[in-house]
Amino acid sequence: MTSKIKPPKGAPYARIMGVGGYRPVQVVPNEEILKHIDSSDEWIRSRSGIATRHWAGPDETVAAMSVEAAGKAIADAGITAEQIDAVIISTVSHFMQTPSVATEIAHALGAGKPAAFDISAACAGFGYGLTLAKGLVVEGSASHVLVVGVERLSDLTDMTDRATAFLFGDGAGAVIVGPAEEPGIGPTIWGSEGDKNTTIKQTVGWDKFRVGDLGLLPLDEDGGIKFPAITQEGQTVFRWAVYEMAKVAQQALDAAGITADDLDVFIPHQANMRIIDSMVKTLKLPEHVEVARDIETTGNTSAASIPLAMERMLATGQAKSGDTALVIGFGAGLVYAATVVTLP
Amino acid sequence: MAATQEEIVAGLAEIVNEIAGIPVEDVQLDKSFTDDLDVDSLSMVEVVVAAEERFDVKIPDDDVKNLKTVGDATSYILKHQS
Repeated sequence: MTSKIKPPKGAPYARIMGVGGYRPVQVVPNEEILKHIDSSDEWIRSRSGIATRHWAGPDETVAAMSVEAAGKAIADAGITAEQIDAVIISTVSHFMQTPSVATEIAHALGAGKPAAFDISAACAGFGYGLTLAKGLVVEGSASHVLVVGVERLSDLTDMTDRATAFLFGDGAGAVIVGPAEEPGIGPTIWGSEGDKNTTIKQTVGWDKFRVGDLGLLPLDEDGGIKFPAITQEGQTVFRWAVYEMAKVAQQALDAAGITADDLDVFIPHQANMRIIDSMVKTLKLPEHVEVARDIETTGNTSAASIPLAMERMLATGQAKSGDTALVIGFGAGLVYAATVVTLP
Repeated sequence: MAATQEEIVAGLAEIVNEIAGIPVEDVQLDKSFTDDLDVDSLSMVEVVVAAEERFDVKIPDDDVKNLKTVGDATSYILKHQS
């Protein structure tokens, strides 16, 4: 017989309650990158807007950086670790397939026995995690969800590739998503375009490292095996990010029932300053909208970039609690996620 | 109605002026976008997208790399405009 199942009881709405970030200690200027590639500080700045980035040291693991960022987010939200009942970690640079790094982070935080899992959505990872967290809170499977975007992209950077060597950085950004009486996270416009799945990608899969397949691995000038790295087709990514993502951003505004005039803050994934500038122009954002430009001193940190930029804007006073922000992530897949949020 | 060569060059000159700040009179058929007009690879994408809208033509990414000079772009648009 089909028994009647009790309907779930979630919160009416969800919101971001707190945000925290961790930037590795080592600051790497363009001069350091120029030891490996034939380029110039001026060229790197004009193509990307990046002056410095942070690289993680041996002790600044994906888990360690996440725990630091999460600790700040928990304090900012005014909750305790025990109140977290789900942990979602978005990363493409944690090199252990299993167990998930989310379980290690949850344990290190003293969060008890929360649901814990990793997701892979590249530079859209924060938006994907945020959307899952909102769903869990509203549906009732969790009351407080920790979402972390974390990367050690320096581990996946080909330092001899002059198109990407300067681009990537390391760090972690975390938020706590919890219950709310008013909507604090709008509908997400998200999706994937798998027909473009080679536009941004890892050079080779880990399976090629099996003995017997070594001939399939890329080699450096001295015949040594090159570690996998992230490559991209710059012009194709630029066109997609600026023009297609502007449409997605507009759809997110429409879905939230607001216009660009109602926005206080715009936090796009910090992919490249040129992409950010062109998006602002294409979206015709009003002058009063504060735009995240954290990439200048952080580089592209993929899933971590939006929460890191959010934390910095709030810390420096460029944005304030209660502001209305449009966030949009986009990257390898290709995947994207955009939504309107109220800043914590 | 399809644009003439002169109209395309004039249109490209306005686009390059808008995006890279190059005087319109400098945009001539024999000029290289990269070497003469200060249009780098990312600005070139902006030029291409603006040209697509203005001349109702599709310029796929694979073809963009072949458009080295204003003349290359003009010929491409003349041939492909609908």
